[in-house]
Amino acid sequence: MTRKQRRLVMVAGAGAVLSVALVLVLFALRDQIVFFYSPTEIAQKALAPGTRVRLGGLVVDGSVKRGDDGTISFAVTDTANSVNIAYHGILPDLFREGQGIVAEGVLTDAHDLQASSVLAKHDEKYMPKEVVDALKAQGVWKEGEGVVQ
Amino acid sequence: MTGTLSVAEIGHYAMILALALMLVQSVVPLLGIRWGDQRLVAVSGTTPIIGFLFVAIAFVALVAAYVTSDFSVKNVWENSHSAQPLIYKISGVWGNHEGSMLLWVLILALFGALVALFGGNLPSTLRARVLAVQAWIGSAFLFFILFTSNPFARLSPAPLEGQELNPILQDIGLAIHPPLLYLGYVGFSIAFAFAVAALIEGRTDAAWARWVRPWTLTAWIFLTAGIAMGSYWAYYELGWGGWWFWDPVENASFMPWLAGTALLHSAVVMEKRGALKVWTILLAILTFSLSLVGTFLVRSGVLTSVHAFASDPTRGIFILGILTLFIGGALSLFAWRAPELKQGGLFAPISREGALVFNNLFLVTAAATVVVGTLYPLALEAVTGQKISVGAPFFNLTFVPLMVPLLMAVPFGPLLAWKRGDLYGASQRLGVAMIAAVIAAVVTYIAAGGKGVLAPFGLALGVWLIAGSAVDFAERIQLFRTDARTSLKRFTGLPRSALGTVVAHAAVGVIVIGIISTSAYQTEKIVAMRPGETVEVAGYTLLFQGVSPTTRSDYREDKAQFVVSRGGGNQFPMAPSKRFYQTRQTVTTEAAIKTIGFSQLYISLGEPMDNGALAVRASYKPMVTLIWLGALMAAFGGALSLSDRRLRIGAPRRAAARTVPA
Repeated sequence: MTRKQRRLVMVAGAGAVLSVALVLVLFALRDQIVFFYSPTEIAQKALAPGTRVRLGGLVVDGSVKRGDDGTISFAVTDTANSVNIAYHGILPDLFREGQGIVAEGVLTDAHDLQASSVLAKHDEKYMPKEVVDALKAQGVWKEGEGVVQ
Repeated sequence: MTGTLSVAEIGHYAMILALALMLVQSVVPLLGIRWGDQRLVAVSGTTPIIGFLFVAIAFVALVAAYVTSDFSVKNVWENSHSAQPLIYKISGVWGNHEGSMLLWVLILALFGALVALFGGNLPSTLRARVLAVQAWIGSAFLFFILFTSNPFARLSPAPLEGQELNPILQDIGLAIHPPLLYLGYVGFSIAFAFAVAALIEGRTDAAWARWVRPWTLTAWIFLTAGIAMGSYWAYYELGWGGWWFWDPVENASFMPWLAGTALLHSAVVMEKRGALKVWTILLAILTFSLSLVGTFLVRSGVLTSVHAFASDPTRGIFILGILTLFIGGALSLFAWRAPELKQGGLFAPISREGALVFNNLFLVTAAATVVVGTLYPLALEAVTGQKISVGAPFFNLTFVPLMVPLLMAVPFGPLLAWKRGDLYGASQRLGVAMIAAVIAAVVTYIAAGGKGVLAPFGLALGVWLIAGSAVDFAERIQLFRTDARTSLKRFTGLPRSALGTVVAHAAVGVIVIGIISTSAYQTEKIVAMRPGETVEVAGYTLLFQGVSPTTRSDYREDKAQFVVSRGGGNQFPMAPSKRFYQTRQTVTTEAAIKTIGFSQLYISLGEPMDNGALAVRASYKPMVTLIWLGALMAAFGGALSLSDRRLRIGAPRRAAARTVPA
């Protein structure tokens, strides 16, 4: 085989692998990513039940209820709107009322989310970036001061 | 401040002197080459060593400030506490942005010093250029530290007590994880420096290839161990029982690992056959570029993640500048000079070289999918403001399918001859391994009750890799083909690098088995339990006895006592706990883990329920330890290969000219 033919085989092989990878990536970017919404955006967008979303906000004071079987329910708010979340699992160490959290799961209707994971950050001062942005959108977040109402 | 010089000032001063030396090393030897002045070229024999000593002095000064709890140093005040155990006072040095950047530069300077020390047999101009490139990187990062992230910044008046290291970082695993990781990805800077130096010279010689491979291998060994350590830390410390999250911070170290693994293999072709020169140089540039991208992701604060302690935008822009300068500069140089490099030897597509090209193609493409999955959300948010999360589902659909053909091909590689291989002959010799894989698939399919075909296929792939390595080993020592004594003789005469290949490839199989078993066959129960209640997990009965509180100097701990038994057999206690750290008002979960064979029983705690019961997550993870044991085994394979006489640094110049099996 000449140098030219060899190169051709390699370029064709590389092209084939790269195009397969590209198709996979595009396909996955269309179907396998999860969009982040604030409670207000969820209220406005009228997403179909069954949509997988990430939702961020503050845990509403007094909303946390722990059932006998380990199911936990609570509400998350960006101060304008709120969404009820049901979760079966272990909450992160820093989950508290008034704390910013991010929940990922499936919308059951416009105000309810069945969460498969709940994240909080490992630092009492820290708010998830998404939650800060959602609060800024509501005009209730001041840099360096936190939530102001 | 009194008239005496404090450690912090010594450290700060040493850092500035180190920068001055690195600037000298960046410029003077290159001028020496240009002007033909050997005395100026010879500068690069000593400045890297002295420069390293000054960085080391700065680092030791920072450690001393931590050990003595000198809270007049802002960094110490922010990340340490006088009541903290000594080991975490020390690991606190790199448990924060400023300190970890200093560690980064320390390791960079260490590698430079090693090249200066052991590079006596390198052509003096090549050595000078390599060390100059190394010093460019070092200077850029020292500037970064001095102007945006000075660990020696002072507070006046000095606070009486510090704020304590983030409790989640107070762990032995995390004490050694960053140094290992940095030894890995900063180590790739040597391959990068060699690549850039080769482009400046416009040629690569035998010494070049012989040098790049051991350095890449060294970095790769540390990176492999570092990633495994980080994965195990996340597994036991975060309390979720997951071992890999496709978190951007994990990807930051995984991208250079993938590219580095490709580089390792292409360097073999280059060393043995003189082929793939241009590609190897490009790969060396890409690998370290991905290390820089990783540093940017972790250190600039663009991510929201446990690891991103930094959140000052000026830092982000500074690192982005360094990144653009080095990656852009190196790639432009590549585009300009690479066409001048001489082409290497010819080979047929089916050959050892061809197999290694196959490896490179898939590893680099896989690395590219990880890059896309990691950077796409950042780019999308920057451009449209739309926030998305790219997690495991994305990587399962892109990265995993690319790994399958690669892993299927691995056993063929070492059995093919250089230049022109015999695929049919290799398949025949691998027949035993194929049979073993099919048996593994059938047995697991039946044992799992006929549910799912993907997991049995995955396990078969793992068995195929291990059995394939065994075949490679048996072929090399002519096992069963000749008498035992000849085989033994061949074994003792086997080059360590060949043995390293066998071990590392089998290790990949071990990792695959670990991953598939725990992902497909783990059992997990999440329940609310009251004292006296039991829960059953994978045949084990867990009896919850109650919670006992204890108090330590730096935290209060609630330990849940469990007694675990299996069918009336021997019992053992397990005690997961919650710790409450007073200073930071932080809670951490300490999982209880019992290793049974290669599998693990894992219990972690949630919060008390409204009715007084305690949320408990209990899971049985079959073969889970194989994931980390396999990674360590791969690192060991790398070390075996590194100990090969022919790869030893300072080996005689002609040694690599002989053709010996890889």
